[in-house]
Amino acid sequence: MNRPRIVITGVGLTSPNGNSISEFRDNLLRGVANIQEIDMRYMGKVPAGVCDFESTKYQSRKELRVGTRAGSIAIYCASEAIANSGIDFPNYDKDRIGVYIGTTEHGNVETENEIYNISKFDYDTRYWTHHHNPRTVANNPAGEITINLGITGPHYTIGAACAAGNAGLIQAVQMLRLNEVDFALAGGVSESIQTFGIFAGFKSQGALAKHDDPNKASRPFDISRNGIVVSEGGCIFTLERLNDAVERGATIIAEIIGYCMNSDASDYVLPNPERQSECMLKAVQSSGLALSDIDLISTHATSTPQGDIQECKAIRDVFQNCPSTYINNSKGFIGHAMGAAGALELAGNLPSFQDNTIHPTINIDTLDEECALKNLVINQPLKVDSVKYILNNSFGMLGINSALVLKKYDE
Amino acid sequence: MTEEQVKQIVIDIINEIAPDEDTSNLKSEVNLRDQMDLDSMDFLDIVMELRKQHGIEVPEEDYPKLASLDSCADYLTPKFNS
Repeated sequence: MNRPRIVITGVGLTSPNGNSISEFRDNLLRGVANIQEIDMRYMGKVPAGVCDFESTKYQSRKELRVGTRAGSIAIYCASEAIANSGIDFPNYDKDRIGVYIGTTEHGNVETENEIYNISKFDYDTRYWTHHHNPRTVANNPAGEITINLGITGPHYTIGAACAAGNAGLIQAVQMLRLNEVDFALAGGVSESIQTFGIFAGFKSQGALAKHDDPNKASRPFDISRNGIVVSEGGCIFTLERLNDAVERGATIIAEIIGYCMNSDASDYVLPNPERQSECMLKAVQSSGLALSDIDLISTHATSTPQGDIQECKAIRDVFQNCPSTYINNSKGFIGHAMGAAGALELAGNLPSFQDNTIHPTINIDTLDEECALKNLVINQPLKVDSVKYILNNSFGMLGINSALVLKKYDE
Repeated sequence: MTEEQVKQIVIDIINEIAPDEDTSNLKSEVNLRDQMDLDSMDFLDIVMELRKQHGIEVPEEDYPKLASLDSCADYLTPKFNS
């Protein structure tokens, strides 16, 4: 079957260390992390990745008050992506735009805040806000984009744990290929730092990072890593069919040439390297490439003692005969941006197609031998001959795995 | 409490829930929705803030009495003073 080719033509993002792709990339190359300690209700100080974007750039103060943080992040990223794409948005047929936003979870922040609110009124539910339901419906972040931008095509979120950023992109690819839409806003968002529940849950699980220096708390592959730094953030791409993008003279950032999603079917939280291997392998196969064609693997590793080892095992098994495949990780810089992670980490690596540089994995003082992957780029950026193909991994709880294959666009 | 003070309380609440609106020249006798971009959810916010901040309960059948600043003052002043 001759399927339409799908390309990325715009990107908008906010991460703890950058509010545009250029600022984000610059900090990734310079080794600049930005994790801070925040006061978490009931828990005290915890390390977290906090975004500092201009929320009133695209929203009124009333919209900000009524909506959610996830919605606000989504609106900022979508609006920046549209601007970056150069599309004539005011005159574009809004009915042909689809919005597909990945989230790890949604609604727990708002419900938790309301319970805290009514606790101040002796749990009298007359004080429960009427905004609760529109804030907590699962489609909230995607729906807020459509309201803000007047988009009348389909919108929904894709709940896919920490594989959600990739899952949003995959959904967009499929809908564009099916001709359901002509233009897609796709990626992932996270407002997870607004809820103590996620932090407390990771802590109970023995998977919440702690370190005297918050910027050292997230340290994938280091021997002393001790858990996840939870972060907020978002990254949304504009996707189009190649012929449409070419026709309107768009700048093409990358082509999505392959993907796979599969399920571990084995455990609620522990990853399964066999299924991760299969996911990466099938993604590369779907792209028509050989494994050795992959120039860069952007890993998911979250800085947990076991999860990092499992992903390294999966990569080692699949890419053992690929001497020119380099590997990196972004979570040392920004923590784990949950539903946004896959999309953000991809965005941070896409400039490699132009600068032929692999950004480093930071905070590795002593590499864990079990994570000692050949060609892992550590602490300093690495200039290479060329980067033409990127594999972007994102995995999540309940054993959800995703891998995307990106190609440098050449005419 | 005077009617003017009650009107100021309502204006203060509107400033919280609709922070983009200019409330400096509101006409007391004109419907609030004719002077500002307020929707039904915003009126529910006004009701909620009266309850939270002042312990004033406005039953649903009385919501129309919050239409203008004058009608707010007529309706709410006795409640504040009771």
